[in-house]
Amino acid sequence: MILPLAVRDLVLRFGQANVLNGLSFDLGGSGCTMIMGPNGSGKSLLLKLLHGLMTPSGGRIEWGGRAPRDVTARQALVFQKPVLLRRSVAANIDFVLRARGKDRDRRDALLEHVGLGHKASQPARLLSGGEAQRLALARALATDPEVLLLDEPTASLDPASVVAIEGIVADARARGVRVIFVTHDIGQARRMADDVLFLQRGRIAEHTPAAAFFHAPQSQAARDYLNGRIVV
Amino acid sequence: MGEAVTLALQLVLSGDPDLLEIVLLSLRVSLTATVLACLIGLPIGSLVAIGRFPGRNAVLIVMNALMGLPPVVVGLLVYLHLSRSGPLGFLGLLYTPTAMIIAQTLLIAPIVAALSRQVLEDLHAEYSEQFRSLCLTRVQAVEALLWDARYSLLTVGLAGFGRAVAEVGAVIIVGGNIDHLTRVMTTAIALETSKGDLALALALGIILLVIALGVNAAVQSVRMTATRQAYV
Amino acid sequence: MQIKAFGAATIATLLTGGAWAQEQSIIVQSTTSTANSGLYDHLLPMFENETGIKVNVVAVGTGQAIKNAENCDGDVLLVHARSAEEAFVEAGYGTERMDLMYNDFVIVGPEDDPAGVGGMEDVRAALSKIAGEGALFASRGDDSGTNRKEMALWAETGIDPSAASGDWYRETGSGMGATLNAGIGMGAYVMTDRATWISFENKQDYEIQVQGDADMFNQYGVIPVSPERCPSVNAEAAQTFADWLVSDEGQDAIAAYTVADQQLFFPNASSD
Repeated sequence: MILPLAVRDLVLRFGQANVLNGLSFDLGGSGCTMIMGPNGSGKSLLLKLLHGLMTPSGGRIEWGGRAPRDVTARQALVFQKPVLLRRSVAANIDFVLRARGKDRDRRDALLEHVGLGHKASQPARLLSGGEAQRLALARALATDPEVLLLDEPTASLDPASVVAIEGIVADARARGVRVIFVTHDIGQARRMADDVLFLQRGRIAEHTPAAAFFHAPQSQAARDYLNGRIVV
Repeated sequence: MGEAVTLALQLVLSGDPDLLEIVLLSLRVSLTATVLACLIGLPIGSLVAIGRFPGRNAVLIVMNALMGLPPVVVGLLVYLHLSRSGPLGFLGLLYTPTAMIIAQTLLIAPIVAALSRQVLEDLHAEYSEQFRSLCLTRVQAVEALLWDARYSLLTVGLAGFGRAVAEVGAVIIVGGNIDHLTRVMTTAIALETSKGDLALALALGIILLVIALGVNAAVQSVRMTATRQAYV
Repeated sequence: MQIKAFGAATIATLLTGGAWAQEQSIIVQSTTSTANSGLYDHLLPMFENETGIKVNVVAVGTGQAIKNAENCDGDVLLVHARSAEEAFVEAGYGTERMDLMYNDFVIVGPEDDPAGVGGMEDVRAALSKIAGEGALFASRGDDSGTNRKEMALWAETGIDPSAASGDWYRETGSGMGATLNAGIGMGAYVMTDRATWISFENKQDYEIQVQGDADMFNQYGVIPVSPERCPSVNAEAAQTFADWLVSDEGQDAIAAYTVADQQLFFPNASSD
């Protein structure tokens, strides 16, 4: 296992501005952590830092004592807008299975699992938004990740797609995959979260178990956010 | 002009064996040069597209400038190397179709490299983060880019083919415009012009144009099918 | 992998593929006038039938033909610039120079003859008159046999036309046909060999204005390239071709070639 995750004094600077300003938190070995917060609070950047796609300006991130870059392959990140190859649905999975040296016979099962078995031979880029995101999830799962990072995967999707995707993620979590999930959707957070990390202006406003967060948020920002007020 | 069109039709309909020979040699030389130029130009184009190395900008400028290589200069350089008194004279290639293929390959390889660099760099900008997340090796990334850009790269190949099949300066020097051996459409046109038979020269020009149209239409139809299926 | 293997095989076939590898073939570095007039289309089938030797003609200006042959890129040289040919043999590039045939140079001009040289025989007087009138004159300017001859004639008139280059004297830097096209396009006088003129198909309103001067004689020579200087040449076949051209049979064949009922080349190989 690459967990637990320890983040200490994490700083990310663009020019003069600190977009992440001294984050420290720990995540344990199982469950689903929701990262929430207003736009521009640094959620997506935090995810990319955890995944090793970006380098922090200060502080450190350790996955079981290792740098993110060394464990990128043991995680999978699903982006808000899925980047699919210009090939068939099946070929998108084949590509990853082959590139990562996985068993290629698993392709059909993976597609069935995300409900795309009947679309296997269709061009991936003609899929609807929800189908495309499910394919991206199947591709992420094809790499057998220990940690699944999700960056607003259901933003602007129809309710049926949201349900389908949440089901797939919940299933992965049940099988022991650690899930870290960025979302704006409070209902989704209620359904999925074990704990919530609430960011505001590059800082952690609070990090509490889900029950406590939704029942009695400690920070003013989280309270306002949950009450539907505009928080910046 | 009308006379030339009539003459062109007569030439084609009569199935003139000399004309057929010239047309086939034109196609063989220029298509082979295009394939070879792609084998040289695509790896260079992809290397520069995804690589970040010192002097990259200088390489870009040189690559783009080489697109404007005058055919007659390429012909002269190849002549000097393949001439019996040149370093490669022992190969006995001067005044053969092989020499013409070599000259046209050198002429259009920079075009393929420079244009494919642009195509692949644009696609890489879209894919790179996903590829890094999937921990692909550089070779795997290039393979995926080349495959996914294949229909755009077809157009790049067409640009190279168009340049090759239309040029006269290089092939006339290294091929010698020898009847039944190295005479192609463009050198035949140059010859008829110098004989003052402008109508025949123009008729040959019209036939060349129609051939180029045919090749382009074939590739375009492949591309349009691909576009409909969202592979572009 | 199969696709790659197929591609490689295809390329190999295309590169090496078949029909141009003749068993016996020679390359003739030739002046354009003999090629453009169609003489080779008349001669070569006879020679090839008889000997089985395939003759490949590279038609360029005399200057470039000599240069190419000096680079060993030909087995036989067939041009028309006597002193340059003799220098070629002298320097060891050729085995021997043989007179082959002749025709003559003429000056063609537009029908309205702006310099009034129509019907003149004395070529020097005609050139002087063209220069004096400032009438347009298109020169090849490419160091070809025709160009060398023209420059020699100018030198004898005492006029340096290059001083007027770009003015009335226009150097095209191109072959005979291209220079004729350009000259006719701009209404300039052009000096050309008669063979090229007779077979030229874009004459428009042009006609021969100056002809008949003994100094307009245009001698063609043939030289096999020396195997000592150029070990790669097919010396035997080259000699066979040169010998055939100057033989009675070759000479008769040259004399028999006509365009529009006019004989283009007059064989004059010495019989010894």
